[in-house]
Amino acid sequence: MLSEKEIYDRLNEVFRDVFDDDEIEVEADTTADDIEDWDSLAHINLISAVEEEFGIRFKMGEVSTMEDVGEMVDIIKDRCLE
Amino acid sequence: MKELEYPFDSSYIIKKKRFLKRTLLSEDTKRIQKKIAILGGSTTGDIADITELFLLNYGIEPVFYQSEYGRYWQDGVFDNPELEEFKPDIIFIHTSIRNIIRFPDVTLTREQTEEIFNAQTEHFVTLWESLKEKYGCIIIQNNFEKPYYRLMGNRDSWDYRGRVNFVSRLNMFFYDYASSHEGFYINDLDYVSSCYGLDKWSEPSYWHLYKYAMCVPAIPYFCFNLANIIKSIYGKNKKALVLDLDNTLWGGIVGDDGVDGIEIGMETHEGQVYTEFQKYLKEVKSTGVMLNVCSKNEEENALAGLNHPEGILKPDEFIVIKANWDPKDRNIEQIANELNIGLDALVFLDDNPAEREIVRAQIPAVAVPNMPAPEEYIKNVDRSGFFEITSFSADDLKRNDMYKENAERAKLSSKFTDYGEYLDSLSMQAVIDDFLPIYLPRITQLTNKSNQFNLTTKRFTEGEMEAVFKDNSYIRLYGKLSDKFGDNGIVSVVIGKQEGDTLDIILWLMSCRVLKRDMEYAMLDTLVKKAGERGIKTIKGYYYPTPKNKMVSLLYKDFGFELISEDESGNTLWSMAVEGYKNKNTHISVGGNE
Repeated sequence: MLSEKEIYDRLNEVFRDVFDDDEIEVEADTTADDIEDWDSLAHINLISAVEEEFGIRFKMGEVSTMEDVGEMVDIIKDRCLE
Repeated sequence: MKELEYPFDSSYIIKKKRFLKRTLLSEDTKRIQKKIAILGGSTTGDIADITELFLLNYGIEPVFYQSEYGRYWQDGVFDNPELEEFKPDIIFIHTSIRNIIRFPDVTLTREQTEEIFNAQTEHFVTLWESLKEKYGCIIIQNNFEKPYYRLMGNRDSWDYRGRVNFVSRLNMFFYDYASSHEGFYINDLDYVSSCYGLDKWSEPSYWHLYKYAMCVPAIPYFCFNLANIIKSIYGKNKKALVLDLDNTLWGGIVGDDGVDGIEIGMETHEGQVYTEFQKYLKEVKSTGVMLNVCSKNEEENALAGLNHPEGILKPDEFIVIKANWDPKDRNIEQIANELNIGLDALVFLDDNPAEREIVRAQIPAVAVPNMPAPEEYIKNVDRSGFFEITSFSADDLKRNDMYKENAERAKLSSKFTDYGEYLDSLSMQAVIDDFLPIYLPRITQLTNKSNQFNLTTKRFTEGEMEAVFKDNSYIRLYGKLSDKFGDNGIVSVVIGKQEGDTLDIILWLMSCRVLKRDMEYAMLDTLVKKAGERGIKTIKGYYYPTPKNKMVSLLYKDFGFELISEDESGNTLWSMAVEGYKNKNTHISVGGNE
């Protein structure tokens, strides 16, 4: 099973790739307001990249209600358990 | 850039698009700039971003205008100062099945369905005509992908009330329009979505969440397809294939296995695969792509392999055959030289990864697709879009013959000690005269493809060329050249604009396949004559340097023009008096339009 740390490590890589910024460190309470380029278009790329990284698909309802990175991590944990 | 060549990793492209863009822009490449307006019936953000990557990789730097979400029709039909200001080179209409206003339903009569169909086609025709009139630029229009459900099941495909049937008919209507309108191209969304897989392509959550017409991971495939049309319009297609032999055109190694031992022909499964590939290459050749061989082999063995009775491609199908033990990159450079085309016009196919790597490293301009297994050769070459055809001239179809004839001319020239004698022996005949409507597509194509013998490198769209054709202030000349070996077709175009008693030569180009034949003199003679008839006293010539046109930097000097000025970037202005001009061509007999 994936540890939370491992999920965050891999998520950080994805965020850094998508925003082309090696300085990014995400935490549970990171939101779109914390990353300058995180607009609706980038959000779509981010979701696709996270799905690809963890081999999962978010459900429609999840994509539209996810509030911060912590919620994203919870969903990844859940989905990887299934 | 390898990451952007087929078969690419689409997830990687989406994830790393910022990095890829930054890397491409940091390369020191000269790119042409083009303004592309995307009129979208769905979200266009990533469509623009990803298309940009592919275009940058093709040497085109796009600037985008994107319509407000879903307003493709209003933006195109109504007054739009922003778009007018933008002055697009290309308008791309990004619609999909999501934009069909009304589908027929099973309660409708045939007549009612027809009304819906007509309303839908009128909707598009109104848009196209309006764009053509207001912007006069190239239009690229998506066709429709197949519906992702079928109300009547299989009957949906043929019954007039079926959605599948309706969409197929709309597509046919679009194709009819494309075949009767210049500068109008179809982006075959239907084909790309089929290759990708319609179920995955149409996954509805991407529409409901983001209003994308297809699933996000499919976007690179879509954009690549679109970018191929655009690069082809701007003359960035490949022109020739360089083919390895052993395990590329046949199975096995002819030097070891002998001619009887190689796999080709219908007798074995493996032989069939190679036969099919050779057939495919022969079809590619029929579109004007030149075939060449570069193989590590004794020439004798190579030719024996190509003469295999079951083989499709015989030695005379090729322009240049290099079968020796020299490094392949060196042979490929020689092939480019002999064909007189740039390395960036070549595609090298070789099953051996080591050979591919060497060529990639030594001559990066050559395209080198991966060739993992013979049964994938056709797909890998075909999907790469190297030879995307947007305009189709008779000359394209004859190109192989013309280059073959050139090889024969080269042989003949070595027999003569006096070059003039050689030229006379060719019995050259030219037609040099004002444009004819049937030649406009070829003339336009030449303005977009010629790089080396091109004084101003001014590009024209078909619309712009039509405007020149209708405007009497221009002197227009096309030149056709034939000789005893064959017809070269239209090889030179000159356009001058008259301002009072002065003529400004805004375009002077010639195909490199008729270099050193004195065709440029014949063109000049006719130009001066026509200018004189119009009372023109002075002819002005312009040379604008590019990385590729150094060979003509002193053309006007050679013509006897006088240098008037030169600026710091090397642009030069030349001038010559019409009076006192003496004809320069003595080897070509020149006629005019019938």
